[in-house]
Amino acid sequence: MLPEYGHFALILALLLATGLSTLPLYGVLSGHGGFQRSATALTWGMTFFLATAFTILVVCFLVDDFSVRIVVENSNSQLPWFYKFSATWGNHEGSMLMWVLMLGGWATAVSLFSGSLSQELKSAVLAVMGMISLAFLLFLLVTSNPFDRLLPIPPGDGGDLNPLLQDFGLIVHPPTLYMGYVGFSVAFAFAIAALITGRFDAGWSRWARPWTNMAWAFLTLGIALGSWWAYYELGWGGWWFWDPVENASFMPWLIGTALIHSQAVSEKRNLFKSWTLLLAILAFSFSLLGTFLVRSGVLTSVHAFATDPERGLFILVILLVTIGSSLLLYALRAGQIRLAGEYRLVSRESFLLFNNIILVVIAFMVLLGTLFPLVFDAFNWRKLSVGAPYFNAMFNFFMVFLLSLLGVGQVLRWKRHPLSDLRPLFKVGIPVALVMGLVLPPLITASFNWRVWLGLALVFWLLAGLVRMLLDRTRNASQPWRALRRAGGSFWGMWLAHLGVAVSVVGVVLVSNYDLARDFRMAPGDTVSMGDYQFRFDGMNIVDGPNYQSDQGVITVLRNDQPIAELHPEKRFYTVQRNTMTEAGIDAGLFRDLYASLAEPLDDEHQTWAVRLQVKPFVRWIWLGSILMAAGGVLALFDRRYRKASGGRS
Amino acid sequence: MTRRWILFLPLGLIVVLAALFSYALLSGVDPSEMPSALEGEEMPAFQLSTVQDSLDFKTVEDLKGQPFLLNIWATWCPSCKWEHPYLNSLSQEGVRIIGVNYKDERDLAQAWLRDYANPYELDLYDPNGDLGFELGVTGAPETFFIDSQGVIQYRYQGPIDSALWQDELKAVYENLD
Amino acid sequence: MKTSISPSLIFVTLLLLGLAATAMAEREQRYFDNDSLRDRYEQLIWELRCPKCQNQNIAGSNAPIASDMREKTYELLHQGYSDEQIINYMIDRYSEFVTYKPRVTAGTVWLWLIPGLGLLIGAVAVFMLARRSGQQGAEPISDAERQRLTELLEKDRDAS
Repeated sequence: MLPEYGHFALILALLLATGLSTLPLYGVLSGHGGFQRSATALTWGMTFFLATAFTILVVCFLVDDFSVRIVVENSNSQLPWFYKFSATWGNHEGSMLMWVLMLGGWATAVSLFSGSLSQELKSAVLAVMGMISLAFLLFLLVTSNPFDRLLPIPPGDGGDLNPLLQDFGLIVHPPTLYMGYVGFSVAFAFAIAALITGRFDAGWSRWARPWTNMAWAFLTLGIALGSWWAYYELGWGGWWFWDPVENASFMPWLIGTALIHSQAVSEKRNLFKSWTLLLAILAFSFSLLGTFLVRSGVLTSVHAFATDPERGLFILVILLVTIGSSLLLYALRAGQIRLAGEYRLVSRESFLLFNNIILVVIAFMVLLGTLFPLVFDAFNWRKLSVGAPYFNAMFNFFMVFLLSLLGVGQVLRWKRHPLSDLRPLFKVGIPVALVMGLVLPPLITASFNWRVWLGLALVFWLLAGLVRMLLDRTRNASQPWRALRRAGGSFWGMWLAHLGVAVSVVGVVLVSNYDLARDFRMAPGDTVSMGDYQFRFDGMNIVDGPNYQSDQGVITVLRNDQPIAELHPEKRFYTVQRNTMTEAGIDAGLFRDLYASLAEPLDDEHQTWAVRLQVKPFVRWIWLGSILMAAGGVLALFDRRYRKASGGRS
Repeated sequence: MTRRWILFLPLGLIVVLAALFSYALLSGVDPSEMPSALEGEEMPAFQLSTVQDSLDFKTVEDLKGQPFLLNIWATWCPSCKWEHPYLNSLSQEGVRIIGVNYKDERDLAQAWLRDYANPYELDLYDPNGDLGFELGVTGAPETFFIDSQGVIQYRYQGPIDSALWQDELKAVYENLD
Repeated sequence: MKTSISPSLIFVTLLLLGLAATAMAEREQRYFDNDSLRDRYEQLIWELRCPKCQNQNIAGSNAPIASDMREKTYELLHQGYSDEQIINYMIDRYSEFVTYKPRVTAGTVWLWLIPGLGLLIGAVAVFMLARRSGQQGAEPISDAERQRLTELLEKDRDAS
C-alpha cells in the first residue's frame, strides 16, 4: 500500500500546486487580500505532500520494495543502505521528484524568510513558483511516475544501481546541484512578479539578491562536487570534460554569476534593471534547458539518464511555455523601466557590465558548442563533434579578458573612479604579476610555458586588486582592523569569492600544463619513476566488497627513497550488473595528487597490470577555489542590510 | 521606439531553440547513429587470406564484378550469432555475401562455419582488424553494401533481421549496380 | 584461463625477463623516442573521440575500437605523420565525428565567429552606454538630447 500513499501524496501536491498557481495571482490582480494570503498555506501544504511522497520513495528503496519499478531497476538487496538511500535520486523519476521537492522547499523558505516583503509581491512570487511546481508535477505524474508498480508478481531482487553511481558522490552531488538549479527559480519568480505587478524599484533586487547568492553558492558547490567525483571515479584523472551534461550545469552557473553581479548594480545604483530581470529569467531558463538536455536524449553524453522522446517532448513544452511566456512578458513590459543614474566608463558600473557581457557570451558559446552537432544532425549535413579542444580554447580566450578586467574592476568605485587613483595599481600590479608569473613556475617544475606565465600573471593581477581593496578600506582609518571588520558581509563575500577565482585558476593552469601521465606495465616488485617520484608495485590483493569483488593493487610511492604514500587502485567486478569498474588509487595533497589506475591485466593470474600513473600538481586548488567562491556567496548574505531588512518587521 | 525590438531578441532565440529541439525529437534524429565515412568511396585495398585456407590470398579485385554485402563478424560477438541464420537464408535467396572474420581466431571461425552453416561466398580472415580499421568498423556485426565496381554505397551497424531487411535494406541492395 | 601455463603467460614472462635484462629502465607500455612524441600522443588521444562510445575520447575509453585507435595513433606517430595527418587519417575512416576539434569550414566557422562577434558587440555597447550616461551629467545637454529627453518624459507620462 505504501507506494500508493506516495502516489496519492503526489496527486494532492498537484492539486495544491494548482491552487497555488492561480488563487494568489487572482488575489494580486484583483487586490483581494485573502486570496493573496492563501499563498503561504498552499505552499506549505504542497511542500508537505511532496516531502511525504519523497520520504515514502526513500522508504521503498530502504526496505527493498521490489514491487516498485524504479526500485527494481536501480537497487538490490545487497546494496549498502546508504546507496539504497541515494539510489532514490540515482534515476530519472526519483531525481525529478527531488527536483520538485526542492522547489517546494525554496518556496517554503521564501514564505518564511521574507518578513517585510509586501504581501502582494510575496504572493506573486509564490504563485510563480507554484506554476513551475505544477508543470513538473504534471510531468512526473503523466510520464514518470516514481511509484509505478510491477504487480501482481514483483521480481525477487533488483537489477542493482549502476556501479558508477555507487559512490559518496551520488549522495552529495545531485542534491547540491539541484538546490542550485532550482534555487534560481526564486530570482526568476521575483523577476516575473516584478514584471506582473509592474514594480521595478530597487526593492525587488534587494529581495531577490540573497536568494540568488544562496542558489549560486549551491550550484558552485554542486558543480565542484561533480568535477571532483568525475576526477576520482571515472578513473583517468580528468576533472572537466565539456560533456553536454556538464555544460548543462555550467551555463546556468555562468548566467547566475552574471546575475549576482548585475543585481549588485540594480540594488545599489538602481541601474541596469531591465538587464538584471533578463538575467534572472535566463539563469532559471538555462537550468530548465539543462534538465531538458539531460533527460530528452537529443544529445549523447556519458551520464545522461535513460531517455524517452515522450518525456523529452513534455519537458520541451514546459520549457517553451515557461521561458517563452516569461520572455514575452519581459519584451512587453521591460520597456517601461526608466533609466536612472549616471556613470563613467571607468566606474564599477561599467566594469560590472563588461563582466556580464563576457560571462553571458561564454554561456552562449557553451550553448552553441553543445548544440552545434545537433544542428548539423537536424539538417542532415554531417556528423561532427565539438569537444574539449574547442571549449578550452574559447573559454581560455574569454577568461583572459574577464580576469584582466576583474583585477581592476573590483577596486573601482561607483559612478566614476579617478584614473590617477589607479596609477599605483597599474604601476605595481602589472610588473609584479608578470614577474611572479615568470618566476614561480620554475620553482614547481623546470619548464617554461607561456600559458602558465599568462595564467599566473592574471592570478597575481587579480591578487594585486584584492590587496588594493584592503588598502583602500584601511587607508584613512585610525584603526585598520576595525575598518576591515566593519567592511561587512558584502565586501568580504566578494573578496573571498574573488580569491576563490584566483585559487581555482591556479589549479586549472598548473594541472593542465604540468601534469604527468604515463602508462606502465608493472609486475609485483617493479619500480618505475616519474618526476620526483618512484612508484613501486607491491602486488595484488583480492578484496571482497558487499556487492563486488575487487583486484586491488598496492603501489608504494617513494621520494628520495623514502616511502611517502601507498596507493590502492582497484578493478572492481560488480556481480549483479556483471560490470567492471576502475577505482583510482589517489594520494591527495595540497600541492599535488598522486593518481594510479589499473587499466587491464596483462597475464592470466592478474598479477601483471597495465597501470596508468599520474602526478597532478595543484589539482585540489580547483575545488578549494570553488569552495571559497561558494563561501563568499554565502558570506554576502550576512551583510548588515539584509539582517536589518528582515529583522525590521519581525 | 527604435530599441524596443531588442527586448524581443531573447524570445526570438528561445523560439529558434525550441524549433530545433522539437525537430530533433519529432524527426527521431539519433545522435548515436553514424553513417560511414566511406560511403561513395572505393573499398580500400587489402590482401588477406581466407578463413578456410591460410595460403589463399585475396585482394579487392576478387570481390568486384557483382554487388555484394560485406559482413563483418566474429565468434566472440553474440549479435553475430543472432544474425547468422538470417544471413544463411539471404545467401540461399541468392544474395552475395562476403564475410570478414574480424579480430578472431581461425580455428574458432572454421568451427563456427561448420556448426552454423556458411553463408559467405568468400570469407576473409582479418585477425588484427586491419581491413576493419580501413573500413571504419567500430565493432561487429557491421554490413557494407558494395556495388559491382567495389564502391561502398551504404553501411549498416548492428545485426540484420528479416523485418529490417524487408523494410529498408532490401531496397538498398537492389539499387546496387 | 583454461590451461595452467598459457602461451601468453610464457610470452609475457619472457618479455619481462627481456625487459629486466635491459635494466629496469623503461617499463612504459609504449616506447617513445622522445618526450615530445609522447606529449603529441597524449594530446592526440585526448582530441580523438571514440566512435562507439557515448561521449568519450579514446584516451578515456576501454572500448576495443578506442584501443585500436590508440595503437594506430602510436604507429602513425612513429612513421613520422604530423598531427594533422593523423587526424585526417582517422577522419577518412571514421568521419569527422572522431575529432573533438571541429575543422574550420563554411559551416563550422560560426562556432568561432558568433562568440567573437558577441564579445565585440557587447564591448561596443558597454562603451556607448557609459559614454552616453557619462555625458548626461558632465556636459550641458544638446538640443537633440533635450528633445529626446522630452520624448522620454512624455512617454513615461503616457505609460503611467
